[in-house]
Amino acid sequence: MVRIRNYLRPNAVRMAFGLLIKATGTVAELLLPLLLGYMLDDSASSPVKDVKTLLLFGGLMLLFAFVALYGNIIANRMASRVAREATQKLRGDLFSKTLSLSARQIDACTLPTLVSRLSTDTYNVHNMLGMMQRLGVRVPIFLFGGLAFAFALEPVLTLILVAVLPFMLAAVLFIASRGTRLYAKLQGSVDGMVRKIRDDYAGVRVIKALSRTEYESKSFKEVAGQVAKDEMSAGIWTGMSNPIVTLLLNLGMVAVVLVGAFRVQAGVMSAGKIVAFVSYFTLILNAAMTVSRLFVTLSKGAASGRRICEILNLPEEPLLLSAPEGGSARVEFDDVSFSYGGGKPALEHISFSLKKGERLGILGATGSGKSTILQLLLRFYDAGSGAVYIDGENVTQIPAERLREKFGIVFQNDFIMAGTVYENVDFCRGIAEEEVVRALRAAQAEFVFEREEGLQFPLAAHGVNLSGGQKQRILIARALAGSPAVLILDDSSSALDYRTDAALRTAIAREYPDLTSIFIAQRISTVQNCDRILVLENGREVGLGTHAELMETCAVYRDIARSQGGEVCE
Amino acid sequence: MNKIGKKAALFRLFKYFLQYKRLVAGALFFAIVGNVLALVAPVLSANAINAIDTKTGAVDMNLVIGYCIAMAACYVFSSAFTYALTYVMTRLSRNITRRMREEVFDKLLSLPVSFYDARLAGDVINRLTYDIDTVNASLSNDIIQIATSIITVFGSLISMLLLSPLLSCVFIVIVPLTILVTVQRSRVMRPLFRKRSGKLGELNGYSEEMLSGIRTIKGYGREDEISERYEQRNENAAQAYYDADYYGSKVGPTVNFINNLSTVFISVFGGYLFLQGRMQLGYVSAFLQYSRKFTGPINEFANIISEIQSALAAAERLFGILDEEPEKDGSDLLPAPKNVRGDVEFRGVDFGYDAAKPVLKDVSFRAEPGKTVAIVGPTGAGKTTIVNLLMRFYDVNGGGIYLDGVETRRYARGDLRGQFTMVLQDTWLFEGTVRENIAYGSECATDAEIEEAAKAANVHEFILSLPQGYETRLTDGGSNLSKGQKQLLTIARAMVSRAKILILDEATSNVDTRTEILVQNATQKLMEGKTCFVIAHRLSTIVHADLILVVRAGNVVESGTHAQLLERNGFYASLYNAQFQ
Repeated sequence: MVRIRNYLRPNAVRMAFGLLIKATGTVAELLLPLLLGYMLDDSASSPVKDVKTLLLFGGLMLLFAFVALYGNIIANRMASRVAREATQKLRGDLFSKTLSLSARQIDACTLPTLVSRLSTDTYNVHNMLGMMQRLGVRVPIFLFGGLAFAFALEPVLTLILVAVLPFMLAAVLFIASRGTRLYAKLQGSVDGMVRKIRDDYAGVRVIKALSRTEYESKSFKEVAGQVAKDEMSAGIWTGMSNPIVTLLLNLGMVAVVLVGAFRVQAGVMSAGKIVAFVSYFTLILNAAMTVSRLFVTLSKGAASGRRICEILNLPEEPLLLSAPEGGSARVEFDDVSFSYGGGKPALEHISFSLKKGERLGILGATGSGKSTILQLLLRFYDAGSGAVYIDGENVTQIPAERLREKFGIVFQNDFIMAGTVYENVDFCRGIAEEEVVRALRAAQAEFVFEREEGLQFPLAAHGVNLSGGQKQRILIARALAGSPAVLILDDSSSALDYRTDAALRTAIAREYPDLTSIFIAQRISTVQNCDRILVLENGREVGLGTHAELMETCAVYRDIARSQGGEVCE
Repeated sequence: MNKIGKKAALFRLFKYFLQYKRLVAGALFFAIVGNVLALVAPVLSANAINAIDTKTGAVDMNLVIGYCIAMAACYVFSSAFTYALTYVMTRLSRNITRRMREEVFDKLLSLPVSFYDARLAGDVINRLTYDIDTVNASLSNDIIQIATSIITVFGSLISMLLLSPLLSCVFIVIVPLTILVTVQRSRVMRPLFRKRSGKLGELNGYSEEMLSGIRTIKGYGREDEISERYEQRNENAAQAYYDADYYGSKVGPTVNFINNLSTVFISVFGGYLFLQGRMQLGYVSAFLQYSRKFTGPINEFANIISEIQSALAAAERLFGILDEEPEKDGSDLLPAPKNVRGDVEFRGVDFGYDAAKPVLKDVSFRAEPGKTVAIVGPTGAGKTTIVNLLMRFYDVNGGGIYLDGVETRRYARGDLRGQFTMVLQDTWLFEGTVRENIAYGSECATDAEIEEAAKAANVHEFILSLPQGYETRLTDGGSNLSKGQKQLLTIARAMVSRAKILILDEATSNVDTRTEILVQNATQKLMEGKTCFVIAHRLSTIVHADLILVVRAGNVVESGTHAQLLERNGFYASLYNAQFQ
């Protein structure tokens, strides 16, 4: 089991040493009021040694102040170092782990939460690690050390402190716990407001077309009103914390003076001690107030730490399984069925096989299971029943690296990263420049060479500085550049016009003759020249054959052909 | 977005305050009274201690008790006033932020579509949430703190001077030291913090970008290489955080040191004065309390300043939106058109999103009432431009568009848009019931009319099969519906409208064949008796259109009927023939 504490272990010695220094500095600081008390008393009772004693005590206090200063600075720096090293390692591990998660695990966590774990949660943990070492030592020493010294100085007055503390802590905790709920409620209504804005942002054309701005404005006012209401109740509730704590602290102080006066009158205590005691009171109660801040950071950090460890502790997936060999085909699906969440099957009894150099088209509506075939081939998921073979080997027994080397893929809405054209086509594989150029030319991405920068042409994240068709051509080049055995294009030439699409297919056949290709598409023209076309509806095969065969035998294919018959564009 | 200076932003924020004069006055009153009370208390405690004779130990108990009661009262009232202040300020900042949110939102609705086209929703949402929150936090915390600090600093300074002018000389050393440390700190820390948040932002941006492509990275087996690249950024971010921390770790101890230093000085001098009999013990104690109060706000000063600066930066961004130019209608408009026949004409229209790059040049055509105009061309060729101009989401640069012979710019935009109904490919459904979604835009529609429309759109049966029928809530843009069902609902919405002109963006066939047929039938019904502008994808629509506009690279390159265009043997003919190759 991975825990945050494991990340502190390499630094355990440094941390212990730092905490020791911190403790020394803090204790020195704590001694100041003690000295003050003795100083005022001693001088009062023995006026002979007056100025000398005064200066001696003053010098001692100064010394302690310096010890406190440097002890704290050194300790804080050591703490920062520990926190930094632990966080950096943690974040690096989390990132690698996230990339290694299986598709099922990613589905279960969802991408946005993975992103927030990497950003917000690691940040919270960093804060917690730093604060824990800095304040986590200081505050208890102040609180308990202060109480101990105060007790040594004057046990009876200390009882007043001890009596006040529980009230204060109770008040702080009570206010904080209800406050957390109120803030959670506020977060909920803020989410509602954000949804409203997002909704309207997406629908601005419709809103304007129907002249509904007044209505939208009114309904936004309702949402914003709810936010304001929740803000108000959270604000005035948590706003109570400070006045109450201050009041308790100050009333305690009044009691100290009052009880102190009685004790002085009774002759069991000196007046100078009251002064020192009041100083302690302030120190201890300030520490108690910091506890609530410390508490918030720690609980936030601990919650984030748990969220991070949840990911780090996910089991390694998928495991290699031994399985019987299949036939000699390059790609083979043997009676494969599969479902994503265990619910409605996404694929049922799918079988086909492809030899070297053959081309398969897969056609069907959104949600018919086309992309699932690709997911199973790459072993993002394991088939529920049946088997998937590549070159006669079951995919479940091929290590992920060796398996994925065989493919060149373009996913639907695939991703372009910020970087040059070369970097995007190479994709960290160290491919020679000639290969990249050859792939770009085959992918009809001539536009790259029309730019001055050529291969060094910089692309923005998500390819926002390219048109849809240009993006697809760069992505196809990426798929071709690794000279894969199998090329899979998932709805990846939809933004190309007919002529470019046709030229692309011809160029691929000429330049990469041994390539086995799978074209997943919604448009018939993309697949009609394939050696075989698999027609899917609701995860089932409703046709498998050439264009001509399907036009005769497959009603669904004919329907699609008819409805697209007039597609002169798209 | 427009830039207005920080000063102007401050001034405008101030104007929001003036709208709530009573709350502001109340806040000032509570702040002053609460803090003055807190300042009086230490003097009372000093007098209580002074009632103890340090030499003999004799105590004037009546006096002590009297002062203690006064102290307690002071503290109770001070806390009560402090809470009252918090209440008033929370209320004030709530009112102001609520008003700001509403103003910004209303402003957004008034802005032209070009504003939306140019910006990501996330950016604007940030302004309405994060930026307003920053302003809000600053309003409710910093302003209280500034008011409190000023009163506390001056109050305790005056008190200390009154208690012992001589002992106050300690601050001739302490105050310049504090200011020096504060100034030095903010000068060194600010760039370090800026670098820290910059590097962290870079790192988070990188991880978000890479995770968005996680399938691809795994598909190509590049996990290790990407992790390595991440590690470089991770190292940078960790280093920047450490650099800020390294310097920052000096701050707390230094502040404490200065406090301790003043405690030492005051103790030594105070003790000396006490021994000399020139100052009473209680006053030394009170002086110590005041000195803590005095240095506290000075230490906080730098923090407050940087918070206010970020609040002003946020306010600037908000005012930037408020200053955007709204969609404006010209003067001397005609009243809303009545009994529209649906005769639409483009006369010599010139247009470009960027005035320097015209996309339409001298385009003219006419759509007679009840006729269908098909707009065809490759993706990204600018088919939606014509729709943008018809609806006046954008205005023409030259020429004009005429509705029943009247230039459309002579009508108010809202009145003009009321003559159109739209079915777009990006179906837009909002969070609300099915009924509300269908009736959207025709609020006076009766339940019978709504059901009639749903029946005509072939979606009535489906709606009845939903758990609450017409009252079923659609969440998250109708994510619980299929694409085809969403299309049918928007067709039903268009059916309810009585507008005479229809704009239709034909869906590409990404729904299953059965739904596809339902959608086509519903669309047919919708088009009856209306002038239709169709961004067309289906051959049947195009072949039967009364007029085809062929758009290429933003220009209308050809127009005519199917037969005419084939005869011309131009771009349209080559597109049409491409599918048979």
